[in-house]
Amino acid sequence: MKAARGTQRLALGVLLAALATLCSAAEIPLSERRSGYADLGRETKAMQDDDTANPGMLSVLEGEELWKTKSGTEVKACADCHGDARASMKGVAARYPAFDASRGRPVNLEQRINICQAERQQAKPSAYESKELLALTAFVAMQSRGEPIAPPDDARLTPFREAGRQLFFRRQGQLNLGCNQCHDDNWSKRLAGNLIPQAHPTGYPIYRLEWQSIGSLQRRLRNCMTGLRAQPYEFGAPENVDMELYLMWRARGLPVETPAVRP
Amino acid sequence: MARALINVPAKAKRGEVITIKTLISHVMETGFRHTTMGVRIPRDIIDTFVCTYNGEEIFRATLHSAIAANPFITFHTVATESGTLTFTWSGDSQFSQTETANIVVE
Repeated sequence: MKAARGTQRLALGVLLAALATLCSAAEIPLSERRSGYADLGRETKAMQDDDTANPGMLSVLEGEELWKTKSGTEVKACADCHGDARASMKGVAARYPAFDASRGRPVNLEQRINICQAERQQAKPSAYESKELLALTAFVAMQSRGEPIAPPDDARLTPFREAGRQLFFRRQGQLNLGCNQCHDDNWSKRLAGNLIPQAHPTGYPIYRLEWQSIGSLQRRLRNCMTGLRAQPYEFGAPENVDMELYLMWRARGLPVETPAVRP
Repeated sequence: MARALINVPAKAKRGEVITIKTLISHVMETGFRHTTMGVRIPRDIIDTFVCTYNGEEIFRATLHSAIAANPFITFHTVATESGTLTFTWSGDSQFSQTETANIVVE
């Protein structure tokens, strides 16, 4: 009797495991991937398309000035090493997060800028989500506008990307939901009147109308986690960067839109 | 100083209706919010926007607490003569900013 129940339980376990594999394999086919831009309203699209109406451009303008401002004990500006950002920063945002050998793990664009400020300029690094860091990131990322997202083919990134993928599929929070349940399985449907997007990080930092300001991908991720009633990871936490890495890989091939406007 | 973006066509035909777009960075703090400690955050908004065309006022707007951050104002005018358009935003805490744009009318 006991043995029979054990077998039953084992069978159920195997079935559940098989189901879980099936579910986790249900990623959106590459041909069906699309940016959140496609689902924007007419007015919001117009706002993003016109550089004199896109409020994200205010941040980009500030970033352009910071790019040329000398700072730190080295009294160097970004432009002193990198020159004209239009040439030197083209395509950079499309391949970040990238592996940083000295840290032994991937860093995102914000962290890369901060590392540069601390090590090359000998300046005080900017706080995460500060106006200055967002402005510089937006300015650098805008140089890749129109370029397809191209995650680097770097084997060292694989375990971190896999960790990010695990996070994406892991159920969490009081609502016990995984990111995939909305963004892979139910995109294009509605959640309390709002359209569920595929969640591709094509235009970060974005100007979000709800925020009335520009914000980073990690701010967005933390938002979503709060929505699940989970404890969000801190800004710059390795888990957030792993997730960014997976999301960029998931959005590979889609063009960069920075600074994007979202509702 | 706040950052502003202005879009005025560089050239226009006499009598043509032109679109002017302006965007300025400003927090537009409503004055109705409180900090977590219960202290009221004082109001800090732009309350007036004026546009003049060669010194003549052609557009004026009064803004209130309900306007979102980074106000975007767009309006139309008739291109009458070449000259300068002057835009002035003013508001709380002696906020005042002026920008100009030139237009050639043929």
